[in-house]
Amino acid sequence: MILELLRLAWIFFKIGLFTFGGGYAMIPLMESEIVGRNLIDINTLYDFIGVAESTPGPIAINMATFIGNEAMIQYGILPRILGSVVMTTAVALPSFIIILLIASLGSKFLDSKWVKHAFVGLKPTVIGLIISVSVALMLRLVFPLLSLKNSVYDVTIFNYKNLIILGVLILINRIYKKISPILFIFIAALLGIVMYGLF
Amino acid sequence: MKKPRHLFELFFEFFKIGAVTFGGGLAMMPIMRREVVETKGWATDEDIMKILVISESTPGVFAVNAATFIGYKIAGFLGALVATLGVIIPSLITISIISFFFIQFKELTFVSYAFYGIQAAVAILIFKAAFKLSKKIHFNLFVSMIFIVSMILALLTSINVLYLLLAGAILGILYGVIIQLKEAKKA
Repeated sequence: MILELLRLAWIFFKIGLFTFGGGYAMIPLMESEIVGRNLIDINTLYDFIGVAESTPGPIAINMATFIGNEAMIQYGILPRILGSVVMTTAVALPSFIIILLIASLGSKFLDSKWVKHAFVGLKPTVIGLIISVSVALMLRLVFPLLSLKNSVYDVTIFNYKNLIILGVLILINRIYKKISPILFIFIAALLGIVMYGLF
Repeated sequence: MKKPRHLFELFFEFFKIGAVTFGGGLAMMPIMRREVVETKGWATDEDIMKILVISESTPGVFAVNAATFIGYKIAGFLGALVATLGVIIPSLITISIISFFFIQFKELTFVSYAFYGIQAAVAILIFKAAFKLSKKIHFNLFVSMIFIVSMILALLTSINVLYLLLAGAILGILYGVIIQLKEAKKA
């Protein structure tokens, strides 16, 4: 059990270490590392991102706390808060160590041309990853059976309700560009209830 | 520059910041600046700028980066530790409580309807985040190629994301070296 806990902590350490450009950059990593290992299912992951967006605190920390808790149910470890504490610590640790080194030793190594060159390649990679996650999620909402990653090109089930919800939300987002994420998610939740509850 | 009277004061300040920030690290910066620079006078605008720049070129959770850096400036290692804990603990408490009810809560019919909508919103928010990031980089041919290849590979194959990141970093270094060699030849 302790071994499983440590293995999961190592995954979160890696996620914390390879996150660039805000909490969203960790979503592709979480999808491949956490969902890929069947710790939570993909719907729960994206549902909870919605919750993490509308509760206080950094998204990365919120996600680590939640998945830590869920994984404890899987492992059958009773004090579920233990998983939350361990995973949250693990995801924060790389930042803490790296910034501590920079704050105490100075940021000279950041001026190294190797670091700069690496970032020239890393940034577009991260952006590509984040967009792929978003596109895959939209496709999955509209074609639930389609799974590009697993070469399943089944589009026989077409969820028009989700397509309408997506369309309306994109429209809202075009008109109110500065809409707060919380309000946006709230409107989306209402739309979901209306589309599925009334029709 | 002023100092907090006690580490607990530092902890509580960052706890407040963590408790009122919605939507991630960058949203936290204006609040952190107001509290730590204006109200308390523990740090300067220059410190805030520095951590923004450092976070551009270091990995990690942005809010933790900021808390660690500012905490260290204020009170050394213990300051960094206390500020980081402060910024994390509100999430830990809130999300732990929510986690206990989340799965049952989701099984309520109308809540499950709501989450169809929420997933669509999340997809759009993720896209927006990527779009915002893309505005901060300069797209030449090399950068655009990396972007497109990484997107397509991530979309169509189940290749490990960590390998893609590693490949991106290595290609970036190779590209940098080639450009340098070219410039050296010209000169």
